Amino acid sequence: MIALHELTLREAAARVRRREISATELTRAALARITAVEPGLGAFLTVCEPEALAAAAATDRALAAGADPGPLAGVPIALKDNICTAGVRTTAGSRILERFVPAYDATVAARLRAAGAIFVGKCNCDEFAMGSSTENSALGVTRNPWDPERVPGGSSGGSAAAVAARECYAALGTDTGGSIRLPAGFCGVVGLKPTYGRVSRWGVIAYASSLDQVGPITRNVADAALVLAAIAGHDPRDATSAPRPLPPLDDLAAGVGGLRLGLPREYFVEGMQPAVDAAVRAAVRVLEGLGAAVEPVSLPHTEYAVATYYLIATAEASSNLARYDGVRYGLRAPAASLGEMYEATRAAGFGAEVKRRIMLGTYALSKGYYDAWYVKAQQVRTLIRHDFDAVFARCDALVTPVAPTTAFRRGERTADPLTMYLSDIFTISVNLAGLPALVLPCGVDGGGLPIGLQVIGRPFDEATVLRAAAAYEHATDWHAPRPPI
Amino acid sequence: MAITHEEVRRVAALARLRLAPEEIERLAADLSHILDAFTRLQTLDTTGIAPTAHAEDVVLPLRPDEVVNPPADEALLAGAPDRRERRFRVPRIIE
Repeated sequence: MIALHELTLREAAARVRRREISATELTRAALARITAVEPGLGAFLTVCEPEALAAAAATDRALAAGADPGPLAGVPIALKDNICTAGVRTTAGSRILERFVPAYDATVAARLRAAGAIFVGKCNCDEFAMGSSTENSALGVTRNPWDPERVPGGSSGGSAAAVAARECYAALGTDTGGSIRLPAGFCGVVGLKPTYGRVSRWGVIAYASSLDQVGPITRNVADAALVLAAIAGHDPRDATSAPRPLPPLDDLAAGVGGLRLGLPREYFVEGMQPAVDAAVRAAVRVLEGLGAAVEPVSLPHTEYAVATYYLIATAEASSNLARYDGVRYGLRAPAASLGEMYEATRAAGFGAEVKRRIMLGTYALSKGYYDAWYVKAQQVRTLIRHDFDAVFARCDALVTPVAPTTAFRRGERTADPLTMYLSDIFTISVNLAGLPALVLPCGVDGGGLPIGLQVIGRPFDEATVLRAAAAYEHATDWHAPRPPI
Repeated sequence: MAITHEEVRRVAALARLRLAPEEIERLAADLSHILDAFTRLQTLDTTGIAPTAHAEDVVLPLRPDEVVNPPADEALLAGAPDRRERRFRVPRIIE
């Protein structure tokens, strides 16, 4: 018999609805799995055992009473720890919020609860989602489930590691420059960054507001669609959430026959790990074999994306993080005057990378530098968007690697911030243009580490992205291997 | 792009960050290194290109001016580092 934690989300939810297993059994199994693997993994900052068992018991009572407990009823799910949960501490991986307990749920958390999901815990991440390896968390180390000496990717590294290690059936992450997709790729799972505006950001701790988006990390494409359907949609409390409904995602098996897929030449670069290049090209041949028309395309401003992103994201971050002043919540350092309190609190509460980004962003926005750096980056952002507009006039989706390499060693890129920033080279343009993109496993390298395939779609066309990914997943077995943990 | 220690101190003051001497040293080096790499943006001609602040082409919508947040005084005040009754307490502002 298959262990409960090996079920897909869809199958687990179906069994609960058919009352073949109870929500309590499923939740106990997930908590047992967490207890077993966490010492060697570190995916969670907080495990919500009593809350999860109480919620599962309530779901079981509702089922017994004949109520419809929702499409995710009884399914253990985890949340990245920058998503606010009422009554459960939410740290964003930062000392400054180490003891912060929100008074309310983020909209995505409330929607998952309404769909019946059981929250088993809060996952580690780079501090304020600023990083590509989860090594910038001030509160814990997360290892890659495939190799404990490697990083899980970031910033949603805990979410991806938890899903890969079967500690939960899905997790939410956030993606500002690749923070769902890179860890999904490094951990061999599926990660979906929805179109900007598809999912509410209300109650999600802000990093860069014009780029941040919440999305699911799951073990297969159909499960990602199921979680997306539960969290998507307009939210009056987030003025940037789009008032357009998510189309039905029930034709995932429609195949890629007739789809036009673009292969941007700027995403196959010198210095890429050969196994990554080979695996992604093989995946493209699979899609071609399934009936997709593949053509080379060009996104000529790709080489400017890292600079553009790190100026815009840090500028927005410097403004967003001004709220951490020690007055209303979070850490307060003792000081004799209010001004000293601000400076002492922020000095004690923020880690090195957060300070670096606040400094870079403040510099780019400051008098004398604003036009040369910030406005310039915003103009190049326009050029990057135009690149995608031109390509999507001819293509239905784009196919690329998620990163030039597989998961790197812990400590390998911490000495030079720029080297770490370059980990995001294939993911950040998508955020600058506000597009949906999904990553799924498409191979392993010589060391057995997962390789991720990225599918990028037109704005609000998650359906085509999911459809192409589902066709590839159906035709291959790369989603089947499980990490040794 | 050499960012001086003086420049780092100026920006840190704007950002309300107190920095230790070794942090100033490190940030001057890091920001110089990062901005050096980013000067490639300056090679692009962007004359007449409108800046993008936001990927969505939407006009911000208006909503009725109604109170929608439930009163949660006590839950919100419970996280206060220091409080007096229903107010946040801070160090003296006016000497």
